[in-house]
Amino acid sequence: MRSHIREFDSSTLNESVQNTIMRDLKAVGKKFMHVLYPRKSNTLLRDWDLWGPLILCVTLALMLQRSSIDSEKDGGPQFAEVFVIVWFGAVTITLNSKLLGGNISFFQSLCVLGYCILPLTVAMLVCRLVLLAEPGPINFMVRLFVVIVMFAWSIVASTAFLADSQPPNRKALAIYPVFLFYFVISWMILTFTPQ
Amino acid sequence: MAAADELAFHEFEEASNLLAETPDAATASGSDQLTPQGHVAVVVDSGGSYGAEEEAEESDRTALLQEEKQQPGFWTFGYYQSFFDVDTSQVLDRIRGSLLPRPGHNFVRHHLRNRPDLYGPFWICATLAFVLAVTGNLTLVLAQRRDPSIHYSPQFHKVTVAGVTIYCYVWLVPLALWGFLRWRKGVRERMGPYTFLETVCVYGYSLFVFIPTVVLWLIPVPWLQWLFGALALALSAATLVFTLWPVVREDTRLVAAVLLSTVVLLHALLAVGCKFYFFRPLPLEHLAPPLQASSLPPKLLLPPTPRAKAT
Repeated sequence: MRSHIREFDSSTLNESVQNTIMRDLKAVGKKFMHVLYPRKSNTLLRDWDLWGPLILCVTLALMLQRSSIDSEKDGGPQFAEVFVIVWFGAVTITLNSKLLGGNISFFQSLCVLGYCILPLTVAMLVCRLVLLAEPGPINFMVRLFVVIVMFAWSIVASTAFLADSQPPNRKALAIYPVFLFYFVISWMILTFTPQ
Repeated sequence: MAAADELAFHEFEEASNLLAETPDAATASGSDQLTPQGHVAVVVDSGGSYGAEEEAEESDRTALLQEEKQQPGFWTFGYYQSFFDVDTSQVLDRIRGSLLPRPGHNFVRHHLRNRPDLYGPFWICATLAFVLAVTGNLTLVLAQRRDPSIHYSPQFHKVTVAGVTIYCYVWLVPLALWGFLRWRKGVRERMGPYTFLETVCVYGYSLFVFIPTVVLWLIPVPWLQWLFGALALALSAATLVFTLWPVVREDTRLVAAVLLSTVVLLHALLAVGCKFYFFRPLPLEHLAPPLQASSLPPKLLLPPTPRAKAT
């Protein structure tokens, strides 16, 4: 409590770099925990930050890169495509929910949508590990199961945070684009085949 | 007052529709009977979320007055918010209306009720673009399992193509149609043309029926695919035609016929184009060679396999 007050009193310019980084990392880690165990809480909304979404998006885009240079037209999504889909998708969903009359701020919504990609990033990691084994129907079934579970987790997590900010008779209209967004990301993860 | 005119005009449309359905009703006494009925019908339908009829009348009036008072400029956020002023039940009702077109049941007047929204068209187009890309990819996966010589790849660029095509269609074709109808406005006395947003709305909602059709196109039976496609095209084009018919029927027959057939033709072109681009029929000897060969990636141009395609 005392150190908390001291932080607000003195400017944070004088603290060491390690302090700054650790503080931000702790905040990001705390929000990751909130996403993994979603309960109705205001932490994601109150202290929003965009570091977590950036880290997750870059990780996901890097993992979705194909290892060999395939022909341009036939390839999987490139880094830029994944990046654009995630960020423009999040911006579009945020605009949509604000236009429908939701009372959430722009960056809070971006923050929630970005953090709720965490389960799908975990799914991507698992899929890459599973793909190291021999290909076959069991391989595909395992990946399908993991992706479906993580997809459901993402939707539940983001709904827990976002649903309350919508007017009651438009909740489904605001949640459906979130569903579409995570569905597209799950599809990209599921169809990933390293060459 | 524009609002009162609009309300009176609306009543007349309802009354004329009721008249059309019951041709035996005498116009002289029938119109007296029908106008209050029509008025009540309007209030009950649009005031479904309000409750009692007296409250509905008053709130209808105050709502219209408010709409008249605030017209925010197009640079403000509130202007765009007015296009997303729909509830879940309204969107579902409009989707149902586009799936079940009935002659004389004008989509714009009966379902939109002069309150077009942009939510429906935008998200239906987005869903359709992604569903097209995903199911096209799935067809390739299923085809590869039957015939391992086909090279599978995610083909992610198809999402971009699908998105651009569908959004251009839903914006440019209504723009052309709206422009044309306004140009011919002088010929019509009775019914004004639809606003641009209403046209976009009709086109957007009419594309909804293609979403389940595209999913059903996964079934690898060619004649079934063409059947589903024709069915979806019929429903979708019917929605458009029944909506446009009251507007063009006072025009000369030639113009009306040309306009309606152009609308249906463009719609059919979209459906067939999507079918051929995203669901390349396999084996490949059935394709029209010159048109498809230029756009096919070289890996897919394999010699036809000797065994017959398993259905």
